[in-house]
Amino acid sequence: MSDAPLLKTPLNSVHRALGAKMVDFGGWDMPVQYSGIIDEHNAVRNSVGVFDVSHMGEIEIHGPEAARLTDFITTNNVQKLKHGQAHYSGLLYEHGGFVDDILVHKVEDDHYFLCVNASNQDKDFEHIRSQNRFNAQVDFASGRYAQIAVQGPNARATLQKLTPVDLAAIKYYWFKDGIVGGIPARIAHTGYTGEDGYEVYVTPGEAVNIWGQIIDAGAEFGIKPCGLGARNTLRLEAKMALYGHEIDASISPLEADLGWIVKLDKGEFVGRDTLVKQKDGGVARKLVGFEMRGRGIGRDGYEVYLDGAPAGWVTSGGPSPTLCKNIGLCYLPVEQAVPGRNIQVMVRNQPVDAVTVETPFYKRAK
Amino acid sequence: MYPENFRYTKEHEWVLVEGDTGTIGITDHAQQELGDIVYVDLPKVGAHLEKGKALGSVESVKAVSDVYAPVSGEVTETNGLLADAPEKLNEDPHGAAWLVKLKLSAPAEAENLMTAAEYQTYVGAEK
Repeated sequence: MSDAPLLKTPLNSVHRALGAKMVDFGGWDMPVQYSGIIDEHNAVRNSVGVFDVSHMGEIEIHGPEAARLTDFITTNNVQKLKHGQAHYSGLLYEHGGFVDDILVHKVEDDHYFLCVNASNQDKDFEHIRSQNRFNAQVDFASGRYAQIAVQGPNARATLQKLTPVDLAAIKYYWFKDGIVGGIPARIAHTGYTGEDGYEVYVTPGEAVNIWGQIIDAGAEFGIKPCGLGARNTLRLEAKMALYGHEIDASISPLEADLGWIVKLDKGEFVGRDTLVKQKDGGVARKLVGFEMRGRGIGRDGYEVYLDGAPAGWVTSGGPSPTLCKNIGLCYLPVEQAVPGRNIQVMVRNQPVDAVTVETPFYKRAK
Repeated sequence: MYPENFRYTKEHEWVLVEGDTGTIGITDHAQQELGDIVYVDLPKVGAHLEKGKALGSVESVKAVSDVYAPVSGEVTETNGLLADAPEKLNEDPHGAAWLVKLKLSAPAEAENLMTAAEYQTYVGAEK
């Protein structure tokens, strides 16, 4: 870690006033928990929780060839996006590894809005600029946005009290610009919890105001401020990837079980040649879920054994508050990366039995 | 807050010495720092513990934390409550959620540990 002072979101003093436990998250001073990870996790699964995710980065692409540039640097098919629609996508190197995983929003034919990971934002921006041989302009826009996620079965009822925009009319993975609590906002029907919910983008100067209004609007539902701890347990149950864990520069989307965001037939894009080879020749390893059977918790970085020999590693693991089981994701040789395999996770030098399982671990009722 | 009859370590364990018996636990400060505790790994009865060496671990949702023996001795009892209800460690770390009892091999070892007042100052300063 560098000695640079930690970066702060506009809500930093709000978190501290709420008594949050703060941690250094990729150089950002962020709340890991307020009332407790399990309590916050359950609030999101059962009612509603609110997260400050203003550390996330934003990059905007403008210009006559904005669509062509966005399509060229990402794995999903940008040509399929309608106005007001978003999708999850991969930003890859030529060698097929992830620069980052991102959300692409189509604002206009000549305007795309990218939400990227906090700790990758500078790298992403440089990468996109380096690939820009189109009539398009790439703007580093993180300073223009704060982002607040409202997640849970009562997220819509909470947010609807603050906006004239008909939230029920925004389909999942669509977004709309409108007024929230008297303030111009971008309301995206997206999230990182496996629960229904919204991600609201506002100018940084309005973050404290909007946060307070959301807390008040959600009071009748028992809304809770939620930290990065609950964000992690929620996304793990839903098997959503976390950069630096399931994916990084050495891992391709086909290995990460993210083939659904790779559209090889859409035309040329960065990393496509490698992915075509991987698709034809097959990948050597693949991500798969597991549940602990023995006593012990498989955690990030622990080794995984098959038939007494090292075979892979845990990318994310821990207790699942919803399922009351110890769960995780791991890489295994592709032929073994299927449900029903008996494996051992090395928990502090002791092999503990586990079994590979279907994912996601948790899927909300529609 | 911190019982006067306990002694405390910098790693946030406590020990209560009664004759040649020692009871070991983790402090309220430790459980607060860990957050929701979901798993406790303890030594077996009969194991010999050496002062300063890991005796087991406590896991929260987020992380694993080693627990170090504040004093040396042989484990005579472990707290069975914690296998089924590790969350008790969040609720009553200085009482019902003790970790192990020992037959002390050197009861005087505890005298070098912090008193309640010293520990209170220590965790106050750590914040």
